[in-house]
Amino acid sequence: MAELTYREAIARGIAQEMRRDERVVLLGEDIGAAGGVFKGTVGLLDEFGPRRVRDTPISEQAILGAAMGAAMTGLRPIAEIMFSDFFAVCWDILANEIAKSRYMTNGQMSFPLVIRSGNGGGLRFGAQHSQSVENWVMAIPGVKVVVPSTPRDVVGLMAAAVRDPDPVVVLEEKALYPIKQDVPDGEIVDELGKASVLRVGGDATVLTLGNMTARAVAAAEQLASRGIQCTVVDLRSLVPLDTQTILREMGRTGRLFTVEENPRLCGWGAEITSIVAEEAFWDLDAPIVRITTPHIPLPAADALEDLALPSVERIATTIEKAMNS
Amino acid sequence: MQLAHVEATHRASDTGTALAVRLDIYRSMMELRAFEKRAYDLFLQNLVKGTSHLSIGQEAIAAAFGVAMRADDYTFATYRGHAHTLARGVPMAPVLAELLGRENGLMAGKGGSMHLTSVEHGVMGSYAIIGAHLPIAAGAAWSAQYRGSGQVAVCFFGDGTTNIGAFHEALNFAAIWKLPAVFVCENNLYMEYTPIKDVTAVPHPAADRASAYGLERIIVDGNDPDAMFDAATTALDLARSGGGPSLIEALTYRHGGHSRADPGKYRPQEEVDSWLARDPVPMYRQRLIEAGASPQTLDDIDEQVRVAVDAATEEAKAGAPPGADLLMKDVWADGSASWRN
Repeated sequence: MAELTYREAIARGIAQEMRRDERVVLLGEDIGAAGGVFKGTVGLLDEFGPRRVRDTPISEQAILGAAMGAAMTGLRPIAEIMFSDFFAVCWDILANEIAKSRYMTNGQMSFPLVIRSGNGGGLRFGAQHSQSVENWVMAIPGVKVVVPSTPRDVVGLMAAAVRDPDPVVVLEEKALYPIKQDVPDGEIVDELGKASVLRVGGDATVLTLGNMTARAVAAAEQLASRGIQCTVVDLRSLVPLDTQTILREMGRTGRLFTVEENPRLCGWGAEITSIVAEEAFWDLDAPIVRITTPHIPLPAADALEDLALPSVERIATTIEKAMNS
Repeated sequence: MQLAHVEATHRASDTGTALAVRLDIYRSMMELRAFEKRAYDLFLQNLVKGTSHLSIGQEAIAAAFGVAMRADDYTFATYRGHAHTLARGVPMAPVLAELLGRENGLMAGKGGSMHLTSVEHGVMGSYAIIGAHLPIAAGAAWSAQYRGSGQVAVCFFGDGTTNIGAFHEALNFAAIWKLPAVFVCENNLYMEYTPIKDVTAVPHPAADRASAYGLERIIVDGNDPDAMFDAATTALDLARSGGGPSLIEALTYRHGGHSRADPGKYRPQEEVDSWLARDPVPMYRQRLIEAGASPQTLDDIDEQVRVAVDAATEEAKAGAPPGADLLMKDVWADGSASWRN
């Protein structure tokens, strides 16, 4: 057992896979000698050398294109897009090329690659370095999406992503980089598409993801002292989506809340709400409530950003109000 | 651009290439020409669905590279990729069937004309978003470099591609990593319907950018198969020996419009005529006869190609439409399209 920060867990998860598999290579901006702008790749250049850990120019299309070309010819690249907002400048490679080429070629090619990216707000970086884009990525047929919420999950989901034969986007929550957790020693490998039930309560089911997870749990603890017992489910993976766990846990309470950092329209909770409405409507005792960032670009000032992202207080208040209405 | 202004740095009216190799190039050019003409005929019969982009007039480039490349080298093509796919030895019938949207197509009808792919022949895809495949080709070249396989990634694209960002990202990337890649710009003077010279800051859209990436300025007469073969061999050897990428600008001309929807009427007739007079197929035939090939040998090739295209057409047309089972297949490596449990 060792205490690791979320950022240290990234390097540990990658190193675990690079030691195991010579085909795993790393590329991105400032990931080598600098150890990553968020220090997520510290030590990897020293251990694995410049042949396997490669700094790139500021060329996001080249980074993802190179990862794709390498993956289709036998390597298992891990590419970093520094901020997930930058997906917008290489969206073609992700959405048109990586995602579609297996299908278009009738399965002639596979793309066993991982794209890591710093995602989400809370760092006062302003609208172009803060957005939660998990809903962008999950909208693409052909790309898997995971969002770890703890250092342990970073290791396990990174390993699962690297070993997966399909393209996986791992969204690293920037606000979580400094958080610490005791992480077991030895190899950790999770399964993609498995949600975690973090807390069990009989009154309401709260679905959450990434940076919102700790807030949802804190809100649930506040609510418990006010007599409302919540189940909290960390989805961990949007594609594949653990619909079975979602429907089971919703069915146990009859009440469903989502806590989403993505802007409201077409956020991941909208898809889940749709699934529940179609498949489990009669298990619901009341309308589903989505707690999201408003449909706005994120402001920079701390006072405003704190108003935009779902806070522990907003989550607790919204759930309490809905439960008491 | 008139031919008088073509200042190709490679010319090969006399070449050291063996006649047998030149006959291989000739055969490939004949196959590409015959295939594209047949594809056009099938459009007119409304058998080819969607769009299609023909390489008639530009065959020398794909054919010369196809003969010069090693069997395990990688080809990356564009939506105008029938020629580059066939030139790697992919049989005509599945390519034609793909155009017809049949289950015996190269990708069982799931890709179509613009996405021809045959991994077993090294054809690593045809890409229909301008510029996207240059960085992908760089990635395949990186993989070859990493694995020490000696393979080279050859990436074909049009003149219009030189004005999109991915072109510049990929060339810089390939240059700094000294990747075994050959980037081949087929400059047919028009980006879709617009003269490339009207929308580009330099006269040679690819070659005049080469120096920005520390690369040699290479302009080749793309209608001269021998010159193309020499340029291809030089660039492939350089890449294979660790010398890094090349950027080749091959000057050529498409005889038809941009796509099936385009009659190409925006081009001055005298320009079209001057390029038709330099049609690479009859030019090469005449040159090979002068070089000692017997007309009978060339006639035999022509006849074999004609028979092959007819047979491929019948085989393609005999294919059934793709079955509904293919619709939800192969999004993921496990063969499924499932995104939930």
